[in-house]
Amino acid sequence: MERLPNWADLVLVPLVSLLMAAIIAGVIIKILGESPVAAFKLMASGALGTQEGVGYTLYYATNFIFTGLAVAVAYHAGLFNIGAEGQAYIGGLGTGLVCLWLGESPFWVVLPLAVLAGAVSGAAWAFIPAYLQAKRGSHIVITTIMFNYIASAVLIFLLVDVLRPDGQMDPATANFPEATTLPTLNQIPVFNLFFTSKVPANVTLLIALAAAFGVWALLWRTRLGYSIRAFGKSEDAARYAGINPFKITMIAMLLSGALAGMMAINNVMGEAGRLLQNSASGAGFIGIAVALMGRNHPLGVVLAAILFGFLFQGGAELGMWTKIPIEMRVVVQGLVILFTGALDVMVRMMLTRIFAAFRGSKTAKGAV
Amino acid sequence: MDYATLLQLLDTTIRLATPLLFACLAGLYSERAGIFDIGLEGKMLMAAMASASVAYLTGSVWMGVLAGIGASLILAGIHGIASITFRGNQLISGVALNFVASGITVLVAQRLFGQGGRTPPLEGDARFAPITLPFAEALRDVPILGPLYYEVISGHPFLVYLGFATVPLTWWVLYRTRFGLRLRAVGENPAAVDTAGISVVGLRFAAVAITGVLCGLAGAYMATALQAGFGREMTAGRGYIALAALIFAKWRPVAALWACLLFGFFQALALRPDVVEGVLQFKVPVTFLDALPYVLTVLVLAGFVGKAIPPRAGGEPYVKER
Repeated sequence: MERLPNWADLVLVPLVSLLMAAIIAGVIIKILGESPVAAFKLMASGALGTQEGVGYTLYYATNFIFTGLAVAVAYHAGLFNIGAEGQAYIGGLGTGLVCLWLGESPFWVVLPLAVLAGAVSGAAWAFIPAYLQAKRGSHIVITTIMFNYIASAVLIFLLVDVLRPDGQMDPATANFPEATTLPTLNQIPVFNLFFTSKVPANVTLLIALAAAFGVWALLWRTRLGYSIRAFGKSEDAARYAGINPFKITMIAMLLSGALAGMMAINNVMGEAGRLLQNSASGAGFIGIAVALMGRNHPLGVVLAAILFGFLFQGGAELGMWTKIPIEMRVVVQGLVILFTGALDVMVRMMLTRIFAAFRGSKTAKGAV
Repeated sequence: MDYATLLQLLDTTIRLATPLLFACLAGLYSERAGIFDIGLEGKMLMAAMASASVAYLTGSVWMGVLAGIGASLILAGIHGIASITFRGNQLISGVALNFVASGITVLVAQRLFGQGGRTPPLEGDARFAPITLPFAEALRDVPILGPLYYEVISGHPFLVYLGFATVPLTWWVLYRTRFGLRLRAVGENPAAVDTAGISVVGLRFAAVAITGVLCGLAGAYMATALQAGFGREMTAGRGYIALAALIFAKWRPVAALWACLLFGFFQALALRPDVVEGVLQFKVPVTFLDALPYVLTVLVLAGFVGKAIPPRAGGEPYVKER
């Protein structure tokens, strides 16, 4: 069978997958009795048409960059981390505790500590699944699913019975001190040329982009990154080359958990200003879609995260103004994961046929 | 804790263990044939929605069950095409279908009934009625065993008995029929099955279809027997608990029964924190009981409670030699 050109494999396969997911979503919207074109226009105007819309799109995108990178790093080591959701919960716990305890300290002390606490807590939550995979051969997919549920139970317990202030009904911590408020994009030079009023997207976006660059540099510019990728491609070959499987599995999963945990700076410290029960709200799972769509490359992850930020914000607008329930975005998320992650062979086969037919007609013409 | 409370707990245990049991046995067929399925949750949810909707619209619970099985089979079919025909990643396919199911069930229910993604409550023939087993009334006054028979064993809807009957049936199919032997073989060494001239693809699709039917029954039970109607995310992670039970049971049918009863018992306890507190003499947070099945599964996976060895060819697509 002929092979696809490299650029088509990198760019066309995700785009065609997205197109197929979009077509199915359009059909579903049609069945629901709405116009797909009008729905798309509403999404676009709601997510990109106003400052507030763009602010929300970028806010969601920030979450998804972190979780997308988390899934991607693990994926390069051949590990499928479904636990980013739980790791983000526990990351939120770490960040939240720092904000509660040290919130009165100067900002330049709190922010680095909050970032560190989120990363360390997220990594800690990935530690046991990673260790069990590396030492005991327990499947990381199952253990991380279990750890998502355990994280949720731990958080509910802490919020209901321990961290909730007296006299408060809803399971959440007290509000963080004023000093922990992160600068939003309208308060940051350059960005304030576009954003003139307060938006939810904040300085964490820059941290997320820095993290994406860091992941790229690590994976493609260091010896460790090379070991991780080699291990993911072929465990046997990596072992033969003297790469320690235990070490690589642990490092990749801890990094993955740390990235997922760092998401907490955006949603817990930045947006909510206190630790809530369902703080990650599915971002950990969207990270799977983002990583697959972005072909596990940091640049792809950033682009896919913005796309999903658009979908998330646009989907909320649909839920508000049309008869299309907000759950539509979960369907699209599922379809994107299905086409990019499980039916990618089908998409590739289709494209290969089309390319072959195209080449065939060219050579036929040349012969005449 | 008195005897009456214990019986009540056991009764709830059986009610709550049934959907786990159906889903767990569903996963057993698929995984024994070498196809990982973390999409049990999604299939149950689809079946719950379809069965509640159709049962409400037709007024017949049996039509509802058929619709539930049908809806679950559609997802099973997609999973089969993705993981068998196109040799895609089985784990990713399962995750994807769970999300699709989570969203689309609400979309459909909202479109049909406009009640915020729920179906209207089911009544009369649209729901399974409890069955009183023979002599239950007559034997009720026999000390100890009488109330046990009356309260715990008798008085469940049909699907509960079907679920428990599926355990010996599955054992018989797996270990006493030719189909079962081949099914187990295809999960351990598909190349050997292929060499024997038996279709790997056909066997795996058959296993995935059985998984679809059983998940359909699990979902239909949730919506038409355990509860009266569908609500969003009503399966609440039961597909994953079933998966945990399957590992806990080390992929064996009779052990699966005990695992599901155990996890069902935890769920029953979580509904009665007062009883737990009374027995242990100190307060246990409900969330701890909720998390117990997951913690136990991790312990099993870690090898502290015996070693769980999955079917050897699980998760790997079969590529025929050329």
